[in-house]
Amino acid sequence: MSETIVVTDGLTKRYGDQLAVNDVSLTVRRGEVYGFLGPNGAGKTTTLRMLLGLVRPTRGSAAILGAQPGSPAAVARIGALIEGPGFYPYLSGRDNLRVMARYQGVSETAVDAALERVELAGRGGDVFRSYSLGMKQRLGVASALLGDPELLVLDEPTNGLDPAGMADMRRLIVELAGQGQTVLLSSHLLAEVQEICDRVGVIARGRLITESTVVELRGASAVYVRAEPVDRALAVAMRVAGEDAVQLHDGGVRLDLAAGRVPELARGLVTAGVDIHEIRPSERSLEDVFFEMTAASRLGSEEER
Amino acid sequence: MNMTRAGEPMSRTAGPTGVRAVAASTRAELLRLRKWPAMWVLAGVWLALNLMFAYVFNYIAYATGSGNFGTGEATDGLLTDVLPDAIPRIYTGGLPMFGGAIMMILGALAAGSGFGWGTWKTAFTQGPRRLTAFGGTLVALGVVVVTILVAQLALNFGASILIGTVESQLLVWPDVGELAQSVGGGLLISAMWAAAGVLIGVLTRSPAMAVGLGLVWSLVVENLLRGVANLISELEYVTNVLPGTAAGSMAGALGATAEGDGDGAPGVLTVLSGASSAALLVAYLVLFGVVAAVSMRRCDLA
Repeated sequence: MSETIVVTDGLTKRYGDQLAVNDVSLTVRRGEVYGFLGPNGAGKTTTLRMLLGLVRPTRGSAAILGAQPGSPAAVARIGALIEGPGFYPYLSGRDNLRVMARYQGVSETAVDAALERVELAGRGGDVFRSYSLGMKQRLGVASALLGDPELLVLDEPTNGLDPAGMADMRRLIVELAGQGQTVLLSSHLLAEVQEICDRVGVIARGRLITESTVVELRGASAVYVRAEPVDRALAVAMRVAGEDAVQLHDGGVRLDLAAGRVPELARGLVTAGVDIHEIRPSERSLEDVFFEMTAASRLGSEEER
Repeated sequence: MNMTRAGEPMSRTAGPTGVRAVAASTRAELLRLRKWPAMWVLAGVWLALNLMFAYVFNYIAYATGSGNFGTGEATDGLLTDVLPDAIPRIYTGGLPMFGGAIMMILGALAAGSGFGWGTWKTAFTQGPRRLTAFGGTLVALGVVVVTILVAQLALNFGASILIGTVESQLLVWPDVGELAQSVGGGLLISAMWAAAGVLIGVLTRSPAMAVGLGLVWSLVVENLLRGVANLISELEYVTNVLPGTAAGSMAGALGATAEGDGDGAPGVLTVLSGASSAALLVAYLVLFGVVAAVSMRRCDLA
């Protein structure tokens, strides 16, 4: 088992009557890209703030890199971009990074490398105020990368970026992960998490609903069949996969079936005289899973009342 | 760990600690204060005000023989005020109210802006403890205040030497001890007001609110309270120990003409002795700094 570098235990933050984060226990392991997934206002940013010591938890505890959140032993080894980049508007991008390098006590020569990394080297001399949203966001990532931190905490790093910028940001994160960088990333974009994360924690309305690998979340593989006549195809599918594993979907039949059993299904359909137009793997998107889970949790909490 | 030629680490696996950490934060803060146009505007405005009111206007009044602001004072008195040996008593005249207000704006902007810009959040996630990073800000502001006061001293010398030479006066240098006392007193007044600005900036978390409230307090409320204290004598116990009273009395004790004496500078008082006003200024300086640091250490940065 690989080393765990972030552990939280029952982390809770209450603002007045509002429970922003409720009993969140999550773990991040060294070397993985951990996706913290949830809709806006679910408590992602508040949780990340507590991990960095910017906000004190009302209850519960957390350990980052074996140290208390907010202690120099933890913070000095984390690079963070939390809820949008916070920089001096009148300083150039490069000078902003120089200020941060001085706070860290690392060499200012690291600044140019960080700017290069996020492709801002050409605009490093321009004042921060004049940057586009995407450039500001990239400067935030550059600042997080300063000093080669052991853990990178990125709160919605693709926020405000255009599609090309989003793709660049994802590529950068994948690249960093490839070099063994541990990344804790929050997002409300399912496709993004699905694409770049190893493990996912799903949070909704302050509660961590589940924590597992992307593969586990997506569940067993499924197959989509478009064939005629549909009713006869449905009967065959039920016989092969079992009655509960089959449903009508998009004018065809969708069944939970291991990929190895697809030939058996095809033979059954042909034998039954069904015309096959299409058989293809049909993966559940994280989106489907997410909506199922949040709906379930909403239902659960309504029943509690 | 990779090391650069300068001996600084490339990675942040172990940040600096203790005094070195405060020094690192101070260097960081000095870089951003030095490049902040607002700092230069404030410093420039104060130096210009000082030059105008302490030297230019008095000299014009002397040269045109119109007396000091129409009071008909003997014009020779005006000339002695603008010569080098008068610097110790002239130096702090404008500081209790005008210089102090500028220093307070400086502190309030430096501390208050970071909340809206999100730069406190960024600074506090770089590695140093909050108290260390905030301590760096206080030290850096101290450096700015000292720099401004040194520039003011240089400007005063320049102006008085120029006037003395033009008027063919014998240049008599001020007593070094008196000069040091005066500059020290000026520093205390300025640092106290800057710390007050920092405190209001931290408490309000907004530069606009902090500047507004701070100015209302220093320019209006304290004077009103002193006015009321003339009617209700019990209130004097309070008004005698207000920050503005301490600042004004310090200037008064150093020889600046008090506001009650007709042509004295507004804000200059003779309520407290030099020693008590110095003690009170130090107490306020420490109090404001400590309260600001404690609330900064505890607050949630949401």
